[in-house]
Amino acid sequence: MSATEPPAGREGDGSVSVQPAPAPDSSASAFRRASEEGRGALVGYLPVGYPSVPGSLAALKALCGEGGDGPGVDLVEVGLPYSDPMMDGPVIQQAGTRALARGVRTRDVFAAVEAVRSTGTPAVVMTYWNLVDRYGVEAFARDLANAGGSGLITPDLIPDEAAEWLDASDAHGLDRIFLVSPSSTDSRIASTTRACRGWVYATAVMGVTGTRSASPTAAPELVARIRELSPQTLVGVGLGVSSGDQAADVVGYADAVIVGSAFIKPMLAAEADGNPDDLSGLRAVLADLASGVRRARHDA
Amino acid sequence: MPSTLPDAGGHYDLFGGRYVPEALVAALNQLEAEFDTAMGDVSFWRELDDLRRNYSGRPTPLTEAPRFSRHCGNVRILLKREDLNHTGSHKINNVLGQALLTRRMGKTRVIAETGAGQHGVATATAAALLGMECRVYMGRLDTDRQALNVARMQLLGAEVIAVESGSQTLKDAMNEAMRDWVASVDNTHYLIGTVAGPHPFPKMVKEFQRVISTEIREQMLARFGRLPDGVAACVGGGSNAMGSFADFIDLPEVALYGFEAGGDGVETGRHAAAIQGGSVGVLHGMRTYILQDADGQTMESHSISAGLDYPGVGPEHSWLAATGRATYEAVTDAEAMAALQLLTRTEGILPAIESAHALAGVIRLGQRLAVEQPDAEPTIVVCLSGRGDKDVDTAISYFGLTGKPDSATGGTA
Repeated sequence: MSATEPPAGREGDGSVSVQPAPAPDSSASAFRRASEEGRGALVGYLPVGYPSVPGSLAALKALCGEGGDGPGVDLVEVGLPYSDPMMDGPVIQQAGTRALARGVRTRDVFAAVEAVRSTGTPAVVMTYWNLVDRYGVEAFARDLANAGGSGLITPDLIPDEAAEWLDASDAHGLDRIFLVSPSSTDSRIASTTRACRGWVYATAVMGVTGTRSASPTAAPELVARIRELSPQTLVGVGLGVSSGDQAADVVGYADAVIVGSAFIKPMLAAEADGNPDDLSGLRAVLADLASGVRRARHDA
Repeated sequence: MPSTLPDAGGHYDLFGGRYVPEALVAALNQLEAEFDTAMGDVSFWRELDDLRRNYSGRPTPLTEAPRFSRHCGNVRILLKREDLNHTGSHKINNVLGQALLTRRMGKTRVIAETGAGQHGVATATAAALLGMECRVYMGRLDTDRQALNVARMQLLGAEVIAVESGSQTLKDAMNEAMRDWVASVDNTHYLIGTVAGPHPFPKMVKEFQRVISTEIREQMLARFGRLPDGVAACVGGGSNAMGSFADFIDLPEVALYGFEAGGDGVETGRHAAAIQGGSVGVLHGMRTYILQDADGQTMESHSISAGLDYPGVGPEHSWLAATGRATYEAVTDAEAMAALQLLTRTEGILPAIESAHALAGVIRLGQRLAVEQPDAEPTIVVCLSGRGDKDVDTAISYFGLTGKPDSATGGTA
């Protein structure tokens, strides 16, 4: 954990479902619960607004296991689509562009967080900084906390520019998840993990999100550097994982594996087939990934 | 005060900074360090100066425009002829500097975004000159309206990628170039073409374009024994304007005028005037004036000029506007095209549509000054940032030209 521990009493209780919503639940507790089961955590990303706002709420609940036979993800990243998604690959871009064309608004992300929380799964939001800035950093933090959200992942906000967010996240007890990458220097890994609360997002591919070949050693090397520089920090790794085998491999060295594009692809395919609300493909990917993280013994 | 900006983090008071993925921070730090070293390195400046003189053709002339001036009230107009640079615009000034930095960093590949294609052509030119691999991202709408420049880049050996996401213009080309850079940063330099983007780009591009204002100052003093009363330039991202302003920012007796692309008119919402018609937000790594909706989604910009069709503006321009040091106004498509025709007919100089925005702005400014200060005869230098050859197709359709001869002779009917 980072220098700033979450407020005592917010975690450790473990049973989010009995907590009266809306009370923020540290996203790290999702990692810990998985760890107590002797495995790594599965973090799933879906954007609000795709295939529609209501359709995305259904998809997010399905991601949490609702309506399926097996377990859901341990933590949900609710994406808020942005017109200029510098870090997103083609799959997430496509879903986000359609969501925007269909009228998704910033406020819809709070309904999406509530939908996730209704299943008992913790939720964080992931979006680009201008949307938060425009909403008002303090107002966004307040409304996210009120919706039961655990925190925010900021792909284009580095701690150097985050003074306002550091204050607002402190005031509302929200996790702040910054990113580190293979090109980060040791001193930046150290300072970024110090600024994080909850966990740190390791972008192990030098590139945009989505399936992409990379050096097979880049991710484990990055995680090893983080472990050495900040032994208490929980680490989630995103590198274009799309199968249970890959997920099993990642949680062999990281605390969590983050998956986005692989969940969206079957939704895009369902829409192309004329059934935009068909979630069977998403559930199949979920089953494979959920079994993947349960396959490998997690030795954190 | 201006000379102390930006701060170490690239902030011009509220503007600028670095809103970027962590994956780019190391590359930005490397670039900043290399730039700082080069600025103090005599051999770097010697090589750049040699290229400017003997490759690009600097210094560019300061041309008096007496017949055009008659349409500008009492204002005496001088044109800073950046259109006479190699490749046809001021873009080469920045590109040569960054290309030399690329080589110093040991990188072998450059990528660039381009709107009108001027920056893409300049980048492809420098890549050919220095033997570097080059890829240029260009919005699909722009590859269609600037096909000539696409072909020029290809002749120079560059690969041109049409960007079909979003509004398919300059902003989307910039997103795609950023994505490329995040994945290729080890061997690639992203050669941003304007005073925008994350620190240190706004500061660095200003320094490479500063030569415009330095020459204006020297030429004015040598020929007229005085500084100009004003300097005017068009503003998209704002590199030719920042280059024209740079040496004068600390000299309050020189008025600074920036003319943004007003498209159909700022009041119609179809424009590219980020300062006049936008609000403060974060885009492409910087905090600055941008065109955005109530949620902060970027709004599409509209301009007849591909080079100004951008929903943001360099952060130092936002600062100059906020402090009142420079005056910014919007010029419509119609005003710009009328000015393009007027300069061509009165002075025999076909300006780029981008530069025509600055010309239209000084026509309006001159007529206003003639009323406000009837006894004054101010001298204003207009940066003629580029030549209009690339815009002939646009002019043909805008003015309804046929491209056919006016009449024929010598045949046998």
